[in-house]
Amino acid sequence: MTSIPAPIPTVTADAPRQSRPGRNYTLYVGLTLFALIVLAAIFAPLLTSADPLQQNLLQARLAPGSSGHLLGTDDLGRDVLSRILFGARIDLKVGVLAVLIPLVVGSMLGLLCGWWGRWFDTIVMRLVDIVVAFPFYVLVIALVFALGQGTRSIYIAISAVGWVAYCRIVRGQVLVAKEQEYALAARASGLPTWRILVRHLLPNVILQAIVYAMSDIVLSILAIVTLSYLGLGVAPPTPEWGSMIAEGQNSLLTQWYLATIPGLCVVVVGLALALIADGLVNQFNKR
Amino acid sequence: MQYALYVLRRLLTLIPVLVGITFIVFLLLKLIPGDPAVTLLGVHATPKAVAELHQQMGLDKPLYQQYLTFLGHLLQGNLGQSYQYRGVSVSSLVFSNLAPTVWLIVVGTVFAVAITVPLAMISANRPGSVTDGAVRAIPLAGIGLPSFWVGIMLILLLGLKVKVLPVSGFGTSFGGHVQHIILPALTIALAQLPILIRSLRASMLEVLGSDYIVTAKAKGLSRSRVMFGHALRNAGVASITVLGVNLAYLVGSTVAVEKVFALNGVGFQMYNAILGRDLPVVQAITLIFAVFVVTVNLLTDLAHAALDPRVRLG
Amino acid sequence: MPEPQQQPGHATPVLEAVDLHVEIPLPIGHLQAVRGVSLSVGAGESVGLVGESGCGKSITLRALLGLLPVPARVTGGALLLDGVDVLGMPERRRQRALTDAMSMVFQDSLTALNPVMRVGDQIAEVPRRRLGMSKSMAHARAIDLMDQVGIPDPEQRYRAYPHQLSGGMRQRVCIAIAMSTEPRVMLADEPTTALDVTIQAQVLAVIDKLRVERQLGLVLVSHDLAVVSQTCSRIYVMYAGRVVESGGSAPLLATPEHPYTDALLRSVPDPDAVVARLASIPGQPPTLVDVPRGCAFAPRCTYAADVCTAEASPPELEQVRAAEPHTTACLRHDDIDLSASAEDALALEKEAR
Repeated sequence: MTSIPAPIPTVTADAPRQSRPGRNYTLYVGLTLFALIVLAAIFAPLLTSADPLQQNLLQARLAPGSSGHLLGTDDLGRDVLSRILFGARIDLKVGVLAVLIPLVVGSMLGLLCGWWGRWFDTIVMRLVDIVVAFPFYVLVIALVFALGQGTRSIYIAISAVGWVAYCRIVRGQVLVAKEQEYALAARASGLPTWRILVRHLLPNVILQAIVYAMSDIVLSILAIVTLSYLGLGVAPPTPEWGSMIAEGQNSLLTQWYLATIPGLCVVVVGLALALIADGLVNQFNKR
Repeated sequence: MQYALYVLRRLLTLIPVLVGITFIVFLLLKLIPGDPAVTLLGVHATPKAVAELHQQMGLDKPLYQQYLTFLGHLLQGNLGQSYQYRGVSVSSLVFSNLAPTVWLIVVGTVFAVAITVPLAMISANRPGSVTDGAVRAIPLAGIGLPSFWVGIMLILLLGLKVKVLPVSGFGTSFGGHVQHIILPALTIALAQLPILIRSLRASMLEVLGSDYIVTAKAKGLSRSRVMFGHALRNAGVASITVLGVNLAYLVGSTVAVEKVFALNGVGFQMYNAILGRDLPVVQAITLIFAVFVVTVNLLTDLAHAALDPRVRLG
Repeated sequence: MPEPQQQPGHATPVLEAVDLHVEIPLPIGHLQAVRGVSLSVGAGESVGLVGESGCGKSITLRALLGLLPVPARVTGGALLLDGVDVLGMPERRRQRALTDAMSMVFQDSLTALNPVMRVGDQIAEVPRRRLGMSKSMAHARAIDLMDQVGIPDPEQRYRAYPHQLSGGMRQRVCIAIAMSTEPRVMLADEPTTALDVTIQAQVLAVIDKLRVERQLGLVLVSHDLAVVSQTCSRIYVMYAGRVVESGGSAPLLATPEHPYTDALLRSVPDPDAVVARLASIPGQPPTLVDVPRGCAFAPRCTYAADVCTAEASPPELEQVRAAEPHTTACLRHDDIDLSASAEDALALEKEAR
């Protein structure tokens, strides 16, 4: 009658209590919150009857809670709620898409660097060092400035700067993974290199990059919001959270909510994505 | 001696990076659609005037030569002439506005550390408590905080509703500087908190779980001696690197923050230059920021090696 | 092996644990890590605490020191320091009293030392911070301690960092640190397990020398019977959170009165014997979340009978023979005959070293 051996508790002094094994609440809450936000953005026209671009000077500067305008109206009489919802469409779309290219390109480069090494690795890593030397925003701003305002430039700028992180992450993972047994076995069996890379190595090394992508989306959204605030992003009168904050700053004393609400939206999106990222980490730690 | 060698090695690896930086900044010019000469002279300029200007600006030469000229000018400290303000050299424009940004970065970092350390220590001291939960919520909620928005909120709360601090400009006297820098520096600090708290707290927890902490307690040392002399010392060493890396983001956010507070620093210059399509200024400031980040990273590495004997003594 | 420095029971032991219970709340349930352990150590006496991994010996040490890791707590029994129960004291006072009287040496000397502080400063820390010595006095004291533990060239070594020293040297530093608080009892948790055999002997010699010179009590935890038999005059054998046998080293090892002790002794390989396979104790120790019924060793015991698990509570220690300090928790010790060949196995092992 042997019992299952006890997991000898590695209790170390002052270590935090282990979180309960069981449901990954962090992940669920994060995903739910994010889903709600995305749905609100997608179904914006159903949620509000007001046109975000419609000016109505007679109804300008209404406070939140006024009839017909849940969040009030801005200086030009435009409904704040609908501008928020439609603005969400742009910010979310750009935020997510602007991460895809760096994710794909950076991971591919990282895969090649880690697997192949040699001069390719050296050159790419030098390039990484150089790009990393620039403060993120400064380089993005400079690139958008050079390429001209608008979402196309934003995609290019963020991609040009953002691929670096993924390259490093995946490269690091590959360097470890290629010494693992399954990689050595695949090589020994004579499979063509690309097959090894894509079907065997990639699934194992991509996870960390995906977790990072979650928080990178937040950075991306912050970038577009900041760019728009500085006048470099989406052109007015298209609703966008950053430019809304810029406009709101002018009437800060009288209509504080105009600048506050869009910022809060960004914070909430950030919270949702941070929860997802944390939840994913917890999920993989349990495997 | 080993430390000196370490320093030397690090300096040498800097050189290709610095070269690369200058090249990228140089390329920025080339990215802009359109002819820079035409931009300067205007659309109605005659082809002859344009060709002349081309020659003057060296735009008719092959690319690598243009780059070398650019590099040559750089090394001589010539950053070009402003497009926006005729006759004003970029370097004078930039360096005369350096002070507020330096203040901002220094005071901002001091605030950030001053807030992070106590919070992280309290949190690590009582894991699982309500305080700990609150501190842990900061990185979650804070990751989505736009720094400029934080600035606007601070203006709202501390500058307008409660007229405690000035909300724009830099002031004229030293005392004025101090007053004016508080809100912007606080903004910068708050924007950094999520990353810094998360990192220091994690380091502290890891360190507090170590055997040498038990040894320290077994020695009967006071709680504060254990926390500061042993735990923080080790956790801090690990966190210095994070602080350094984070400085890159901090520096980048000065552009927006300075705009919020109309603080006449380098970041605000950049914003102005962007509005006024003043390319040489944009180029120069980008370059300066990059060099600054590289320098800070180097100093961080050196500081880390100086503080952690395992790194410098091998 | 050393003779007991004093007859047990004649003088008040410096440290005594009486029916100590330690519980660790975990997500899977409450783990009863220590289920009623009683032990004592007198001035200048060395006692050994042996058992396999997970039997609770390390937790017991931490409980004695008053520095249990955070979720763990003492849920029963008494801890007597010079006859006074410290468990009744408020936490701060208790920790003060215990850390004043005792110090601990860990198995892994590298993790037990602050990596960014010079070893000399770590030794000098207590004299400086707690004993109020000036910087130079504390420095001198540290050098003195380093001398006593046999560290050559102490002035030079003072300025070293932990990772720069060899394992044996580091362990001596840890011992010096332990001595810096001028303790009356030293608790050593597998102090030599991570060291080479030759260095082991040196470090044990240092510990023993200090014990004799300063009349230190020593509680030595180990899973290595040879080490314990050489250094300790009394031994406690632990299994599944309880002491299952205790007594003087020589009689206990010569004629074990508990099947577990016997099995432990037999599992020590004889380098000269031709063996088909290593003797080991089949099975695993129980998880202590669900407290086993009766004798915890019964499932793995060759001599187990119904009486062993008849009662829910674990068997108490009783004296093997009157007037002898040898006790066992085996209910069937009178009925079974554990042959004496165990001592031969141990002797051969010692000779091989």
